[in-house]
Amino acid sequence: APPEAVLARGWPAQQAPTPKKDVLSYNNFYEFGTDKSDPAELSGDFKPRPWSVVVDGLVDNPRTWDIDALIKQFGQQERLYRMRCVEAWSMVVPWLGFELGALLRAAAPKAGARYVAFTSVVRPAEMPGQRGGLFSLKWPYVEGLRLDEALHPLTLLATGVYGEPLPNQSGAPIRLVVPWKYGFKSIKSITRITLTDQQPPTSWNQMAPNEYGFYANVNPMVDHPRWSQASEQIIGEGSLFSAARKPTELFNGYGQQVAGLYKTMDLRKEF
Amino acid sequence: MPPAGQAGRKTSRFSPLMRQVLLYAFGLVPGLLDITQGVLGTLGANPVAVCLHAFGRYAFRFLLLSLAITPVRRFIGVNLILYRRPLGLLAFTYAAAHVFFYVGATRHFEGHILWRDFTSRPFLTFGFLAFLILVVLAATSTKRTIRALGRKWAVVHRFVYAALVLACVHYSLAFKTWHIEPFIYAGMAVVLLGLRVFKKPARQSV
Repeated sequence: APPEAVLARGWPAQQAPTPKKDVLSYNNFYEFGTDKSDPAELSGDFKPRPWSVVVDGLVDNPRTWDIDALIKQFGQQERLYRMRCVEAWSMVVPWLGFELGALLRAAAPKAGARYVAFTSVVRPAEMPGQRGGLFSLKWPYVEGLRLDEALHPLTLLATGVYGEPLPNQSGAPIRLVVPWKYGFKSIKSITRITLTDQQPPTSWNQMAPNEYGFYANVNPMVDHPRWSQASEQIIGEGSLFSAARKPTELFNGYGQQVAGLYKTMDLRKEF
Repeated sequence: MPPAGQAGRKTSRFSPLMRQVLLYAFGLVPGLLDITQGVLGTLGANPVAVCLHAFGRYAFRFLLLSLAITPVRRFIGVNLILYRRPLGLLAFTYAAAHVFFYVGATRHFEGHILWRDFTSRPFLTFGFLAFLILVVLAATSTKRTIRALGRKWAVVHRFVYAALVLACVHYSLAFKTWHIEPFIYAGMAVVLLGLRVFKKPARQSV
């Protein structure tokens, strides 16, 4: 579908989508390798079907969903979202998917549920980045959101991109998209969604707690210890001798929708 | 006659200067290929990052090669001293291109951002100090300055060891997770520096 239709729905990305070839060839998905080109080049053995997603924990209706039943139940809307990587580059991506909140409401969180923990897949035979690797991330990749963040209407479970089912390098068959947070929060190839009363561990935070916080809200005022977050490189624009850049916006420009979630927090401390 | 004849057993078709120039030109080929690909648009979605990182690695490799000349002569007995200057200049050239891609292509020469980078981020401070040393070494690598500095030249050029250590730290901090490549480079640096410690037992001048 044309991105104009998405813009009309009130989820403006303010820019044209990043070229499809760049969206599908420039990826961080360490399960397949640490180079940006690895996920597209080394994910051919990965089988995203059959696939099931467990929803459990502090819910009244725990359930194991088949991926196609999930899509049938909750449908696929188009959402054109900005995507800001913690490495200070950004894209604009036309996703297909449904609101995480819809799935969570179907699961009926219990009163004590305060966080949502996500778990990704472990398949070393199909994911070369998971084989060995003395210094690699720990597998499975895990992420988490506060329940109110997870229920926010911007928070998406994406099952497609550019009008097609998610390709392996983008997190097939189902991934999270939280557009006001750095990209690493948007965990790929999800197998389990667990409601908890404790803040769940998250992979990058475990790797380097001083560099990657639990919240990971896009914030130009809070620099990464090794680089500035004040601006971002626009993937797919500019030339070899001049990368296109723009100033980074607080909450990746979605502040109007989400700033209220963090009213009482010191964003410098809880980064 | 220039001292270069001592290196070759038989006379080369090329003069020593010509051989230095040829090595330098040959060493520029990988960078020129990257730039060509970048201009043609075949380096992927982020050609600036590809060139930035590749040029840093090239600089490091030529720095290591230039520091291998002395141990190779001392322990293997092959005298390649003629090629040390072009290797050092290649390290400088690639380091300059690496810095240019960072400062110019990605930061658009924004002074306040660069100042904060270099004053508050050790990752970048280490790299920039290594580059400054290479600037000094390159600027003092002409015959005239070598002659003018006399014995001081060797003292100045010992700063290359500092540049090497700074580059090792800079490279090891360049990734989000620990990568194996910086350790391989650092391992080679340790070997090259370590071989210099064994100066005494080496044969007297051959």
